[in-house]
Amino acid sequence: MKKKLFTRNALGALAVGLVAAGSSLVATLSPTWAGESEIFHPMMVTRTGPFASAASGVSSGQQDYFALVNMNGGIDGTKIRWEECDFGYKTPRALECYERYRGDWKIVYPNSTPAIFALAERLNTDEVLGINIAGGRSESSDGETFPFLSPVMLNFWSQAASTIRYIAELEGGEANLAGKKIAFIHIDNAYGRQPFPIFDALAEMYGFEWKSWPLGWPALEQSAAWVEIARRYHADWAIQWNYGQSCNVPMTEMKKVGFPLEKFIGTLWCGSEEDILPAGDLAKGYISANYHGVGKEFPVIQEIIEQVYGAEKGNIEEDRVGTVAYNRGVLTGIIIVEAFRNAIEEYGLPLDGRKVRDGFRMIKLDDARLAELGATGLLPPLAFSPTYHGGIDPQLFQQWDGEKWETISDWIPPYEDVVKSQIEKASAEYRAQTQQQ
Amino acid sequence: MNELIYAIELTITGLLIGSMYSLVALGFVLIFKASSVFNFAQGAMTLFAALSVVGLFPIVGFWPALALTIVAMCGVAVFAERVIFRPLIGGAPLVIFMATLGLAFMLEGSAQIIWGTQPYGLDLGIPIEPIIIGGVYISRFDLVAAGVAGLLVLLLVLFFQKTKIGLGLRAVADDHVAAQSMGIQLRRVWAVAWALAGLVALAAGMLWGARIGVHFAMSLIALKALPVLIIGGIESVPGAIVGGLIVGVAEALGEGFVGSMIGGGVQDIMAYLVALLFLLFRPYGLFGEKKIERV
Repeated sequence: MKKKLFTRNALGALAVGLVAAGSSLVATLSPTWAGESEIFHPMMVTRTGPFASAASGVSSGQQDYFALVNMNGGIDGTKIRWEECDFGYKTPRALECYERYRGDWKIVYPNSTPAIFALAERLNTDEVLGINIAGGRSESSDGETFPFLSPVMLNFWSQAASTIRYIAELEGGEANLAGKKIAFIHIDNAYGRQPFPIFDALAEMYGFEWKSWPLGWPALEQSAAWVEIARRYHADWAIQWNYGQSCNVPMTEMKKVGFPLEKFIGTLWCGSEEDILPAGDLAKGYISANYHGVGKEFPVIQEIIEQVYGAEKGNIEEDRVGTVAYNRGVLTGIIIVEAFRNAIEEYGLPLDGRKVRDGFRMIKLDDARLAELGATGLLPPLAFSPTYHGGIDPQLFQQWDGEKWETISDWIPPYEDVVKSQIEKASAEYRAQTQQQ
Repeated sequence: MNELIYAIELTITGLLIGSMYSLVALGFVLIFKASSVFNFAQGAMTLFAALSVVGLFPIVGFWPALALTIVAMCGVAVFAERVIFRPLIGGAPLVIFMATLGLAFMLEGSAQIIWGTQPYGLDLGIPIEPIIIGGVYISRFDLVAAGVAGLLVLLLVLFFQKTKIGLGLRAVADDHVAAQSMGIQLRRVWAVAWALAGLVALAAGMLWGARIGVHFAMSLIALKALPVLIIGGIESVPGAIVGGLIVGVAEALGEGFVGSMIGGGVQDIMAYLVALLFLLFRPYGLFGEKKIERV
């Protein structure tokens, strides 16, 4: 009897384990070619877990762009073969993914600030460029201090500065910021605290007051913070630096305490459809930042629809093409392909991390090149160099009309001097720390 | 704003949000009462139930979606009892706990396969605008949610005290081998307990879903139940309610007063600080059973 019970227990446990493993596995398929002239490009993706909703669009946007490039003959005949490693936005699993493909990486884009921080040392040792567009380590704009890291576009300090400039514009100029109160509600981690030095510097320059409301992860309950912001602090403006589904929580809370939606601005990481859809009509009129154009009217996206989806080779549901997350993927794909292209032109095949890093530093996306790529308006002109790894860029602001985002501003630049000065200061501190070690 | 009004508003906000924590904690209590095990899958059950309602809603309409989800949650209960827990009868509590961990993975994985990863909104038609009484803002939505939580507790208390199955559940919680020897059908009792936990998960999922949206981060709401259970006592239905209210008020007042003095971010810490005090001075919680074990 005892033996039988043990067997049944063991079988039950095995069955549970197998079904659990099977049900949590989401198969990811990628095309393969047997040709010699190809670039193998492992990708860190988030297809499972709480962040998969938007992150899956970013990964698929890249893949659709790679597919388009391949269908048009590749990069001067060299095709891109990609393979996914799903880390579910969990940093330990990102490190595991990195180890699994160690030696194959040419460029790493986890789309996760915590992951890029954790990977930094390995990337430096292996001489592989880690990018985290509009995220990651803000001071990695300094290519000399951080030779294998890059925020590519809009580091967090530029985002914060540009948002304050936008508020100043709405108030009728910087002079009118004096005496204003800005509430900053944010996730309480390195990502959420990045804007602090910029707010401090700008508050001193323009005479506004700001206060922080940090939220513990996952920040799905924010009611006490909003009671204080609206009813005790009486903020003139509120900026949110949430992430994922915590972005939609303020819509309900603001309504409950009577804080006006038109005085509330979201970070670009709270600016995708997935971030605010759960709030329904409460999000109508919500304004957030963004670093790229929205919609599917860009020639490059039209080409993807015609060629890739026309051939039924798309990597996501077609109705998600043109969403914010998807467009972020396409523009990331453009940057990666440009880095590959420059590296091939400069060094030829095969590619490695250092060559692609050099290719990245040669990228010059001016108006002419953007037009050639069909990406005019999708992203602003960009140029990198060995000393400048990107990150000081303007933002757009967009408003949710209940169904889609509408761009409502021109490109709003950051306060460049303030951002540059912060980069220099933080880079110097980093150099001093690493020299001590 | 007058500090007294501010304190009253925070207290009311805390009480109302606390009642929603209680709703999540109730699911844990039900399973613990039946099997003396902490159900790690409760958060996933909440997510699965809410996703099923919002996923079915556009296809069949709201009420059929709700009815189908109730059937689905009962199906999950029967499946869990038959396939996972029946073979583990007599096993160590840790083994059953690990099985609930497996069930959580299964439910989250199945939910993603069936409904995808995209988030959904859930509009229950409850107004969000506050009622203003004497300068104090009170959320209508939170009042309704508190009412639902109160009603559920009342029904559960009656169920445990007045029905045969409810009494059977209490007996099983004490010692399921002894309960079996007294003629209580363990399988039936467990299936009922899981079905009840599934229905509580559905209620919690819908109310939390209407408040924060329905998405995969929702299963993390279950974390809020941990301090509630420590404070109230893990096998007590009234304990879940009182514990939820204490946690809600401690979080709101802590964030509103202490947080503003030390830079904020103390909301979650306050809940666990209170729980820690209970662990030190009343480790079985306010209404938990004091157990003396021979070692």
